[in-house]
Formats: sequence, structure tokens, C-alpha cells
Amino acid sequence: MSDTGIGARVKRKEDHRFITGKGQYTDDINLKDQTYAYFVRSPHAHATIKSIKVPKWKPEEGVVAVFTGDHVAEDKIGGLICGWMIHSKDGSPMKAGPHPILALGKVRYVGDHVAVVIAETKEQAKAAAAKINVSYDVLPHVVDAAKATKSKAQIHDVAPDNTVYEWSLGDKAATEAAFQRAHHVTKLDLVNNRLIPNAMEPRAAIGSYDAGNDHFTLYTTSQNPHVARLVISAFHGIAPEHKLRVIAPDVGGGFGSKIFIYAEEVVCTWASKRIGGRPVKWTAERTESFLADAHGRDHVTHAELAMDEQGHILGLKCHTIAGMGAYLSTFASCVPTYLYATLLSGQYAIPSIYAEVDAVYTNTAPVDAYRGAGRPEATYVVERIVETAAREMKIDPAEFRRRNFVKTFPHQTPVIMTYDAGDYDASLEKALEIADYKGFGQRKAAAAKKGKLRGIGFANYIEACGIAPSAAVGSLGAGVGLWESAEVRVNPVGTVEVLTGSHSHGQGHETTFAQLVSDRLGIDINTVAIVHGDTDKVQFGMGTYGSRSGAVGMTAIAKALDKVEAKAKKVAAHVMEAAEGDIEFKDGSFSVKGTDKKMAFGEVALAAYVAHKFPTSEIEPGLKESAFHDPTNFTFPAGCHICEVEIDRDTGVTEIVNWTAVDDFGTIINPMIVEGQVHGGITQGVGQALTENCVYDSDSGQLITGSFMDYCMPRATDVPSFKLGFTETKCPSNPLGMKGCGEAGAIAAPAAVMNAVTDALGVKDLAMPASPHMVWKTLHATKMAAE
Amino acid sequence: MSAISMKVNGKAVCGTVEARTLLVEFLRENLGLTGTHVGCDTSQCGACVVHVNGRAIKSCTALAIACDGADVATVEGLAKNGKLHPMQEAFREHHGLQCGFCTPGMLMAAVDLVKRKGKKLDEETIRHELEGNICRCTGYHNIVKAIQAGAENM
Repeated sequence: MSDTGIGARVKRKEDHRFITGKGQYTDDINLKDQTYAYFVRSPHAHATIKSIKVPKWKPEEGVVAVFTGDHVAEDKIGGLICGWMIHSKDGSPMKAGPHPILALGKVRYVGDHVAVVIAETKEQAKAAAAKINVSYDVLPHVVDAAKATKSKAQIHDVAPDNTVYEWSLGDKAATEAAFQRAHHVTKLDLVNNRLIPNAMEPRAAIGSYDAGNDHFTLYTTSQNPHVARLVISAFHGIAPEHKLRVIAPDVGGGFGSKIFIYAEEVVCTWASKRIGGRPVKWTAERTESFLADAHGRDHVTHAELAMDEQGHILGLKCHTIAGMGAYLSTFASCVPTYLYATLLSGQYAIPSIYAEVDAVYTNTAPVDAYRGAGRPEATYVVERIVETAAREMKIDPAEFRRRNFVKTFPHQTPVIMTYDAGDYDASLEKALEIADYKGFGQRKAAAAKKGKLRGIGFANYIEACGIAPSAAVGSLGAGVGLWESAEVRVNPVGTVEVLTGSHSHGQGHETTFAQLVSDRLGIDINTVAIVHGDTDKVQFGMGTYGSRSGAVGMTAIAKALDKVEAKAKKVAAHVMEAAEGDIEFKDGSFSVKGTDKKMAFGEVALAAYVAHKFPTSEIEPGLKESAFHDPTNFTFPAGCHICEVEIDRDTGVTEIVNWTAVDDFGTIINPMIVEGQVHGGITQGVGQALTENCVYDSDSGQLITGSFMDYCMPRATDVPSFKLGFTETKCPSNPLGMKGCGEAGAIAAPAAVMNAVTDALGVKDLAMPASPHMVWKTLHATKMAAE
Repeated sequence: MSAISMKVNGKAVCGTVEARTLLVEFLRENLGLTGTHVGCDTSQCGACVVHVNGRAIKSCTALAIACDGADVATVEGLAKNGKLHPMQEAFREHHGLQCGFCTPGMLMAAVDLVKRKGKKLDEETIRHELEGNICRCTGYHNIVKAIQAGAENM
């Protein structure tokens, strides 16, 4: 391993612009003659729009235009789509209600986009928006997913009982039979609390129509600019793809929330032409991020686990109500189905599983993928019920897991997934050692003497990422393929540009992708540039989410590099007057076997472009190759997280005193970056478990956690320094052996925290977030009940 | 509208602003110094931290007119003559940033922290002092390490 190759802790190339304040985020960009957009949003959870009265503007108010759903309909602009078809148990297709880019006739959540004001300055747009008089007829609403089907509120005409679909997976009869013969059944009711992603950069968009060239450019905070272009072109009908350039410049975090195609960016694009060809710029205020970014999670689950006398799991069954919000967001339908139920086997050899998922509309912001997308929900169910079962059967939680681990691979689960490689014992053992599990009893006793309650909790998670084999997801209802693209352009002087369909919004691709190229071609990492985020430069890519950029994005690069090497060998053979079969490529040099003839990579590149020394009728000049890689399977990162907490009886404050994470991500390109992904993921999971909660008031339908004042984001004091370890079983489904690492921390953490907290408190369950108030109440309720 | 003038990163600047114009808006929009970021609307996230007259403040909660005549330092002014500030070096060395959006505020808060609490900072102090800076990407682990190292090298 070189100090800049695969496995090296290379410092990031992209850091320089960020640490010197020279990043180019969408709001940093200003176009000549730009206007500013401000959205008028519904103050009601559910209402029909009676009228929209726009005043006569004075010139000094700077208003350029006001558009509503009627203008959008006039131009026949299509609505926002959900790109994954799910069928209910009865075979009927999911009930997808229309989602116009500006409301038409009805609003369905507080924050729903009703109209847009375009003005010369931001302040003028906002002031003008306040003067627009929208008159509503308020309708009954429902914000609680568990109450959606019984509510008076009829959110979409196409969805009776507000039901999107009623889906199931697994073998119901076999699972029932397993429960019949169980020695012990553990039951648990769990809520996976609704979260707001809150990337630090609020969403923004600049739509710009060039009348001279009849061409649109959209700058947008997107994780997948090509998908945005495809959707805006094919579904919204604003421009054909070749007349629409989408640029996702520096993007300040996404975590899934910036995958989706949103109303605001589509409106800005469309509006820029409507107003005669001036750019339209919109930047979300943080409150708008709360109101209108796609939210995450929102599951209510009843789960049961059947065991034999030795604690071997015979079956798992669960019923989940999944809140989808007021409209189906771009990928929403697949998250509580194929990204959730397919992971319900966990790391365990469970013979029978049956899951039912009822997806419902509520008068809340749309819910879609958020870091982990379905897998944190699955892990929460499995790891909480497994830990609870172990406690009920008085078996040590580590031992309970050991007895049930999958031990041979490949392993076909009863829920579609086939685990290809893993070693769950190895992660567990390493984690137990790092966490000093043996010493926990002593630490607990010592803490008790100081009046503190210590608890320890496990999360032995597995997840499915490296999303995804196209035909497989197509057969499950996906409207898109999930391959990735790469083009490797070798320049005549031997420097390299890689145009990747992946997008980096914090993941460090400019460094890790360059490490791969540098390693394979034996060239200086500083001679490699990674290009992403611009549909004019990169032909097409599916973008970054689902922990796929390593497994899928880098494999596409590897395949393109294979082609580059093959062609370069041909050129080298001609130049060195040798047979192609005698050319060897090692450490950046092409040599002729058995001689001391050699050429450096850069020399071969130049020869390819000068094209003097080979028959150009047989070998084309130049050195540029591309590849589209479609993964053959999901990848299955897995590991063991152990959380140790100490709770103060008087304040209810939970301190995480130790966090151990042992993860198996297969091949790791840059351990420094992978560790960072784990740290960040764990912290988001800790946020879910201890501090964050998105709350809509049942009576008013209002979002009452609408800012950082009421929605508690984890701070540096909420998490410790983490102890990380890694085990490795290479991923068999890609040549690099990579599984991916971006979401694992967020997947494992909530279960680990809540297992620790319930252990400390000696209670069966506690709702997330286990805030100091909730913990204190629980402690004192138990105490008061005892008195 | 009022005419204001101040020093930003050592350079004299002036402009005309409304009374309600925030310092962060003056920096970003009037002066084109987009390194300072806006991440929230309740003065909590810290992405907007700059130094005014030697003290770290949140520029989203300061009026530009109130900074008339002040000495303002932003992230763009940390490096001198192309040489990175030790705190910037440390953030890169220790992978204290991922998406980079909170980073300018973190850097300015960190430099101010060292000024107030000295170069030998322990983990507990750093974590406590970062209460006004939210990061969604890093989980703070490497930010703490970076600040510790950067402090020692200042």
C-alpha cells in the first residue's frame, strides 16, 4: 500500500476551498440580473383554497411576478412524482395522489407550497408574500400515522382511509406455525420517531432560462443532478434533457433529504422562462427546511419474536404503520417496504418472518429516505426485540446473539435478501473486547455508589446498501435502474480526469476516487481530478445515497480503468514493437516481458494522442474510456455497536460514557474518511434516540418543532469520542470488495442507545427520544408506583 | 439607507445598507465574502461566526450598521499571504470537516476559544465551548481533535 493508494489515510484534496471559505454552495452563486423567489405556504394542515388575492403592486415593491397552481396548470407542467410502484397484498397499485408544484385547489400540510412571489430582492419577495391573501376552507386533519385510517380527514381522493398501500413480505403461515411451537414469545411495541434531516446547508435553487439559446440551467442542492434533470424533463415537461443543464455545486450535506426532486427547484426553473428569461433564486430559511424538506422515519410497529427453550429464534412477525406525509415523495414508497422489511432477519438465522406494512397519508410534510432509509427502522425492531428477549429469557445479550448468528454464507433470508459474506462473531468479539464488556459489572457498581445508573446496550446491525441491481429493483417496482457511470479521461500529458455520476456532499470523493485511480495507474494522486455534479460534463449518473458511491460508483471507475489499461497496453505494444500479450503493467509502467524496455504511463498516454506509432485503422487515437456498472447484488455491511450510558437520577440526563463500534465494510479505501462517516452516522442516531423529535400538534396540525429552538440537534456535548474497530470480509459482488459505510452508524445507533437506557433504568421500553424529562418521569413513575 | 464603513480582514470597506441588514448579509452580498454561511434563523447553528473587534459573534444576529467602524475578521482572513492558519491546517490534518458548511463558523469559534482559554484545551472544554456550533456530518469527534491540535500550534 502506498501512502496515497487504497487503504491510505490520505488527507482530503477538497478541504482547501472549504477551510479558506472558498466553497461554492448554491446560495454563494449569483447570476446576472437575478430575481429572488419566496414561497407562500399553507398555514393549515388541510384545507381547500377558496381564493388567492394578489394586490396591485407599487413599483417600489419590486415584484416581478406572482404565480399560483393555476399558472402551472396553464403551462401543463407535470406534478412531483414517486418513482417506485408498490402493490398492496390484494394486488392493487399504491394510491399516489397528485402533487402539483404549486397547490391546485387544496393544501395538505402546514408548509405546503401555494404560490411563489418573484421580486428584485429577497426582502421584497418576502414582504410581498405577506400581502398575498389566500382564503381557505379548513378541513379536518390527521397528523398521527397511527390514527390516519380512522380519521375524518380524507387527504387524497384516490386513497380511501388515507391508505397508500397495505403490503406484506414473508411467509405468514410458516411464521404462524413457528409461533405456535414457541417456548417463549417476546412482544414489543415500538415507535420510530419522526426526524428532520437538517443538513447544515438549507436547500437552494437558481433556475435560469437563456432565451437566446432556448436553454435552461438549474443550480440546485442535489445529491443527484442527473436524476433531477431527468425528472424535470420527463415528468414536469419543462424542457427536454438536452436543453436543461443541472449543476449541483458544493452541497452542504444531504443525508437523503437532497435526493428528492422538490417543488421549489422545479418552480424556479419554470418561472425563469415565464418571467422572460431572468434567473430566479430561492434559498430556504431554516424554518422552511423544517416545514418542507422530506422528513424521515415515522413508523409505529408491533413486533413479536418466537424462541425455543435455548433462545434460538424460530420466527419474527411485525406490523408497521408507516407515515408517508401528505404526498408521496420521490422514493418514499420503497423505504418502509423493500429497504425495511428485507432486513428483518438481522444477523440471525431466522427460519420464518412475516411483516405487514401499512403506509398512510397524514397531513404532514412528505416522508422519504433519511440516512439509513428503512434500515435504521429494521435494526431498531430487530435489535430491541432481540435484546428484550434475551433479558426476558435471562440469557446474556451477547450470548443470545451468538446462538442465533448466521454462520455460513451465502445465506438466504426469508425476506428476499441473500447475505453474501460476513463474520458476525468476529465483530461481536472485537466489540466486546474494545468495550471491556467483562468490566461492565464493576463499572455499574461503582456508578451506583455515586448515585448514577449505568446501562449497556448492543446493536448488531446488518444493512443492505450499495444500491442496487437494476433488474432486481425493477422487478420490485423501481422506475429507474440503479447502476453508476464513470468516464476516465487520460490527458495527453498523462494527467487524468474522472467524470463520475456519483456526487460528493461531504463524502470526500475528490480524494477517495483519486486514490483508486492513483493506485491502479501508478500515477501521482495530484495528477488526478475528479469531476462531478454537472450534467453538461458528466453524461449520466444516479447520484449518491444508499451508501453506493464506493461499491457502485468506484466499481464503475475500476471497470473504466480496466478498459484504459487494456487500450494502453495495445498502444504500448506497438510503440515498443512487442506482442500485446508480452506487455505487463505494474507501478505505473508498461514493460515488455523478458526485456528492459519500458514506458511510463504518461509516455503511453502521449503516444496514444500523438498517434504516430500504431495503426489508427485498428486502434483509435486517444485514451478515454467509460463504463456503466450495474451491481449484481446489494452489499451487506454489518457490525456490532455497544453503547454504555450513565444516567443521573435527579436530572434524567443520559451521558454516553463509552461508544464502541466494530464495523465490517469490506475493503476500506481511506480509513480516515470511513471513520468520519461512522462518527457522523452514530451522532445522527444518538440524536434520534436522545434529543431529536419532529412533533406535529394533533389538535391544530401545526408543526411545533419548527426551528432549532424546539428541535434539539445533537451538540458536541451529546456524544463522546468514539472507539472504532474494523473487521473485514470482502464483498464478493464487486472487484474492489467494498460494502459501503455511509449509513451504518445511523442504522446501529438508536437501538444501541435505547438498549443501554432501558438496561440502566430496568424498564422494558422507553420512547425515543429518551430526553432528560422522559427519563426522569420514567424513573419517578417507577419510584412512585413502588411507593 | 445608511452609509457604513469598517475594516474586514484588514481591508477598509464601505457600503450602503438598510437599518435591518444583518452583518452576515453585508459580508456575503455587499462584499461577496461568501465564506461566512447562514444555516439557521434562530442564531443557534454557528455557521455565521465571525470576529468583531476581537470577539467571536454570530453575524446573523448583528446589524451591519452596529458594526460601523469595527474591525471584522472572517474565515477568508485566516490564512496570511497564502499560508494557512494553524487551525485551518489542523482541521485538514484531522479530517475535521466533511461537507464544509459549518467549517468557517467552527474555525472562527475555535480561534476565539484559544484566545479565551489558552492553547492547552481538554476535550471536555472544547465540547462545552462548541455548544453554539452545530455540525451534522462529523459527529464532532475529529473537530475536537482538530481544535486540540490547532490550539497547540497557535
